[in-house]
Amino acid sequence: MSSMASAGSEAAFAARARRRRLRRAKEAPVYVFILACAMLSIVTTVGIVIVLFEETYRFFEEVSVIDFLTGTKWTPLFTSKLFGVLPLLNATLMMALGAMLIAIPLGVLAAVYLSEYAPPMVRSIVKPVLEVLAGIPTVIYGYFALQFIAPEILQPLGQRTVLSAASASIAMGILILPLVASLSEDAMRSVPQSLREGAYGLGSNRFEVATRVVLPAALSGILAAVILAASRAVGETMIVTIASGNQPILSWNPFEQMQAMTAYIVQVSLGDTQRGTIEYSTIFAIGSLLFVVTLVMNIFAQWLLAKFREEYD
Amino acid sequence: MSTAQHTVATLGGRSSSRLMFRRLAGRLFLGLCVAATFSGMLALGVLLFTVASDGVGRLNWDFFTSYPSRFAEEAGAKSAIYGTVWVMGFTALFAVPIGIGAAIYLEEFASRNWLTKVIETNINNLAGVPSVIYGLLGLTLFVRLMALERSVLAGGLTLALLVLPIVIVASREGLRAVPPSIREASLGLGATKWQTVWFQVLPPAMPSILTGIILALSRAIGETAPLIMIGALTFIAFTPEGPLSQFTTLSIQIFNWISRPQAAFADTAAAGIIVLLGVLLVMNGFAVGLRMYFERRRGW
Repeated sequence: MSSMASAGSEAAFAARARRRRLRRAKEAPVYVFILACAMLSIVTTVGIVIVLFEETYRFFEEVSVIDFLTGTKWTPLFTSKLFGVLPLLNATLMMALGAMLIAIPLGVLAAVYLSEYAPPMVRSIVKPVLEVLAGIPTVIYGYFALQFIAPEILQPLGQRTVLSAASASIAMGILILPLVASLSEDAMRSVPQSLREGAYGLGSNRFEVATRVVLPAALSGILAAVILAASRAVGETMIVTIASGNQPILSWNPFEQMQAMTAYIVQVSLGDTQRGTIEYSTIFAIGSLLFVVTLVMNIFAQWLLAKFREEYD
Repeated sequence: MSTAQHTVATLGGRSSSRLMFRRLAGRLFLGLCVAATFSGMLALGVLLFTVASDGVGRLNWDFFTSYPSRFAEEAGAKSAIYGTVWVMGFTALFAVPIGIGAAIYLEEFASRNWLTKVIETNINNLAGVPSVIYGLLGLTLFVRLMALERSVLAGGLTLALLVLPIVIVASREGLRAVPPSIREASLGLGATKWQTVWFQVLPPAMPSILTGIILALSRAIGETAPLIMIGALTFIAFTPEGPLSQFTTLSIQIFNWISRPQAAFADTAAAGIIVLLGVLLVMNGFAVGLRMYFERRRGW
């Protein structure tokens, strides 16, 4: 009798185990699918590297790396072709630098206000508004640079042409200001309250606490914010394409036309360039340079952020 | 005695002037901070005003129902609006399931090993890759190798890859906010891991995932460079008929109008910008409303 019962429960147990195995087996395809989804990010990165490398390799079969990196004339679209990337690189870096000159002071000061001074009410209104600024499509900033910044601000100040590096810089500065502000604010808010209280206890006022305690304590986080914003400015495309012109001139004068690396890529794409020509390869060579520069900046910023989190979490 | 009194007096005088200086510096600094904060808002105001005053005159019903034209006064955004809807549809079709799938894997299934770490670092880096690079990828992979030509499908796939990191990050945050006790209860009652995720974890995480999806699509809708790269900047006077149809989008059409030399096209561009901003406003308003509604309803 008892052996029969145990045989019955054994059978039931085996049936349950079978059902569980079946359920797991049915779930296997789902598991494979989500794993594939996660792996797609790696496939994308590998794809980008292969795509860039393939054409870049073709480019460097015809142009020496030294000529590319040190040449001061960029004329691949003319009959006498020269492939010195410096005019494009210089334009990209100058415009990014100009944008940072606007975004760093304004962004960091705004972050200090939001993190150390602003009442919660003000903060809850200002932050979303600044986020709106970061969410406006860049083609609209291009329009703004062309229709307002250049004719209403820069030309009255003596700029001769509508197109200039400066007007692109100002528009990009406005674009990345919220990025600097929001990431810097995050960094300042994660500075422990005890540090502030210690400083107040020693007789500091709010200004001293903000500038001598919170800012230095959040410095690596703010630096990471600045680098991420700079990398965004380096890779920014539509603003520089619309506002700074298509003249690859090596110049230090921000009130002249310049052509950034991204703007050159767009210029070539707009034309009817056939695959297999050297013009087609140039956009991949420029793309590779852009990819490497922004990747190095992003990795450095993430390393800084990780270090910063270790300090306070 | 008098020397001591004298010392106290000077010290007092010095420290009170020092105190005044400190207060003054504090006030000045606060003024600077406030000015910096509001300079951003001022820029936003000026931008919106410029666009509105330039474009509102061109904005009438004909603008929505006519195709692009050589004449600024007759140019409309019909093909651009249809193209935008088509491309966004395909972007969402690919980015949403793949993004949520990747987030579920990373948040609910992956063990903390080197592969997970590689995938996470990789997603972070992909989020920082400039959009032109995605354009080069789309041009080679979808337009050339998969022979999709300059189609809606190629555009949607390219933008899907571009916004995937945003969807993944937002979905992970949504999943992480669901308390572990819900999972434990479900597993304790004998549900499998996937049943737990599908029936218990995903539903409460859905509002924040949806918010993330809307934010990702509002990023995609403004993207211009990658679509120019895959060759979408052509004169299109028809609406797409299928996934392999040629297309233009609002952002591309705006860029096209901006780069025309005739001044009249600037106003047409501004009208297009108003439409694009209107769409973005509706999308973001919807996302904010969604988040507020569900946060109020949620029990934990």
